[in-house]
Amino acid sequence: MSNGTIAIAEKSFYEVSTNKHSGILSWLLTTDHKRIGIMYLVTIAFFFLVGATIGLFMRLELLTPGRTIMGAQTYNTLFTLHGVIMIFLFIIPGLPAIFGNFFLPIQIGARDVAFPRLNLLSYYIYVIGAILVLVSLFIPGGPIDTGWTFYIPYSIRTGTNVSMAIFAAFVLGFSSILTGINFVTTVHRLRAPGMTWFKMPLFVWATYATAWIQIIATPVIGITILLVIIERVFGVGIFDPALGGDPILYQHMFWIYSHPAVYIMILPAMGVVSEIITTFSRRTIFGYVPIAMSSLAIAFVGYLVWAHHMFVSGMSDTATWIFSLLTFIVALPSGVKIFNWVATMYKGSIDPQVPFLWVMNFIFLFSIGGLSGLVLGSLATDVHVTDTYFVVAHFHYVMFGGTGTIFFGAMHYWFPKMFGRMYNKKFATISVITFFIGFNMLYFPKFIMGYMGMPRRYYDYLPKFAPLQEVSTIGSWILVGTIFFITGYLLYALRNGPKASGNPWGGVTLEWHIPSPPPTENFEEIPTITHEPYDFSQLKEMEYDK
Amino acid sequence: MFSGPSAHAGNVDFVMFYIVSISVVLLLGITATMIYFVFKYNRKKGHKPKDIHGNIVLETVWIVIPTILVLSMFYYGYMGFREFRYVPKDAFVIDVVARQWQWQFKYGDGKTTDTLYVPINKQIKLNLESLDVNHSLYIPAFRIKQDVLYGIKNYMMLTPDELGSFDIACAEYCGLDHWQMYTKLVVMPQDKFNEWYNTK
Ligand code: HEM
Ligand SMILES: [Cu+2]
Ligand SMILES: [Cu+2]
Repeated sequence: MSNGTIAIAEKSFYEVSTNKHSGILSWLLTTDHKRIGIMYLVTIAFFFLVGATIGLFMRLELLTPGRTIMGAQTYNTLFTLHGVIMIFLFIIPGLPAIFGNFFLPIQIGARDVAFPRLNLLSYYIYVIGAILVLVSLFIPGGPIDTGWTFYIPYSIRTGTNVSMAIFAAFVLGFSSILTGINFVTTVHRLRAPGMTWFKMPLFVWATYATAWIQIIATPVIGITILLVIIERVFGVGIFDPALGGDPILYQHMFWIYSHPAVYIMILPAMGVVSEIITTFSRRTIFGYVPIAMSSLAIAFVGYLVWAHHMFVSGMSDTATWIFSLLTFIVALPSGVKIFNWVATMYKGSIDPQVPFLWVMNFIFLFSIGGLSGLVLGSLATDVHVTDTYFVVAHFHYVMFGGTGTIFFGAMHYWFPKMFGRMYNKKFATISVITFFIGFNMLYFPKFIMGYMGMPRRYYDYLPKFAPLQEVSTIGSWILVGTIFFITGYLLYALRNGPKASGNPWGGVTLEWHIPSPPPTENFEEIPTITHEPYDFSQLKEMEYDK
Repeated sequence: MFSGPSAHAGNVDFVMFYIVSISVVLLLGITATMIYFVFKYNRKKGHKPKDIHGNIVLETVWIVIPTILVLSMFYYGYMGFREFRYVPKDAFVIDVVARQWQWQFKYGDGKTTDTLYVPINKQIKLNLESLDVNHSLYIPAFRIKQDVLYGIKNYMMLTPDELGSFDIACAEYCGLDHWQMYTKLVVMPQDKFNEWYNTK
């Protein structure tokens, strides 16, 4: 940027609507990417809290052996709902829909996304999908009980509302595809003058790569879901062997989408990590080009490893070892990013504020998630621990410890920008610590139980697992308590927090050059970019809180 | 050092130990470095930050060493898997039939049980078949499992070298009573097994 475009008199996007309406309609019919981002935040946060509460109830059931608070059928529907909500309504759309919408246009110096109305349509498609999930709970037949993987033949045979629930996932897929198309176009067409590809912040790179996966992979799950519905409704034999179908084909098609979906979940979080680490270390990122390129590489080779979820399914032994090898190789580029981030702290000027503490949390938890993945990639050990609590621990460390943690990190980093207020930093620091304790108490015992042979999706357990199950449940109280505490002090800060300046952390990417909250048009005048994304020498010319 | 109720179980534990050891070193290394940097380069100390854009040597090292490490993990994992999949000609065959929510074991002479009785030190091939949905035959003490599907013929090898009784669980979600699909594997001396096998 040539200068720190400070526009004190400009009204924020909360005050000026992009349409002729005021009040609630000015929100519901908005095409402003920032307002849409906030609507996504409200909706997605709601479902996250619902999912977390369901998790809490599952853990309560597992507190003691035998029946504790619910029957087996209820437990089975709860873990399915928990999985469906957390995957399809929280973690897949999460970061791109909320922070991508809000910050991607600003970070490349644009006034909005390329297709603002399509953006609003994506939001409503998401809402319709979410409503379908809810409706499927209450219509006759009862809530779905298949697990979030909907494996055939069980999902063909069960009497519960499978068709409705997976149709919801189909609809949600469209929302994801449309958002992807919007972001790819935005990055290609709307970059400000001077914002060359290698001047883009890494969050933009990550969201861009994610958008490609959303476009390429999501249709596969869409087709698979339609086939399952056709099979259920018309009895056409596609996957169910009793009708002449192939159940392993279903697993292939499911994971051809759902493995890349893991990258949809994690890449944007990695982008946020690069933003936070540089801002609080106040120096440039270590290895900008390798990080950007590895995001892009993952978007194009991440499809090649899906069958590592199927090592004991009865694939050929040749396919099995090839997928094991590919899994290890494809895992490397995302694994070594951890080294880049730690190296970015080297010779920095580190101010470990709340968002940075979340990133430290992320590095520890995500490393455990990734390293435990090595146990699952290696065939001899995978055969033992697949479909046990070990896998449950692994994916919670990756998705929750990775992306979930960064959801909180991003929230605390961009909160003052989005709402123009600061939260209580003391509460926030305590929350990072209790989150860390609760998280590890909840999930680490699951690694041990898994290796001891505790299968997943079990309503009850053998007496030898009782002590570790108890620790895990107590951990869930601390963790879920922390999540509600965070929700509470953030909501409080919305109205009562001290006013935040345009640049409370001393960041240099474009969003920190404009007021908090941003004006409707983002920039009074589209900036011309002359600096690299993490060139902190610009701070001298900018206003920021020292 | 790594022994179990079968040679294979010991080998799996070894691979696990190998991967976990490397992982713990990496995890502690990363965490300690990070915490050290936060103190050493703390803003309170007032250093001027230095913009280091990268270092090709370092970046090569940290991609090459992990590559070698993971390839070794792949290798050990693969060797363990190969031994698990190997079927000798003279293996003793037992048919396993799964249905919601019980296991059945069928022996050559038509004997059918719901507990899996096997002789010690014999290579046993379990042919797996389901009558309804997906299940997975899991014997944690032996570190082995294999999905049991309708219409698809899977198998699993088992070579016990310890007497006793071990849990068998279902590891693939199969509906309401999935969690109750437990039974036992009983490993017997050869003569005891023969005696049991030959009585009607
Ligand atoms: C907030 C606290 C949470 C608690 C207490 C919790 C607890 C649990 C429990 C007890 C299970 C069942 C494990 C089993 O026996 O299979 C489970 C499964 C699962 N969780 Fe969570 N979880 C939480 C957060 C999350 C988050 C944030 C995500 C995603 C980002 C997530 C994704 C999943 C998925 C995908 C499953 C598998 C569902 C299935 O088996 O179909 N969970 N969780
Ligand atoms: Cu995968
Ligand atoms: Cu089962």
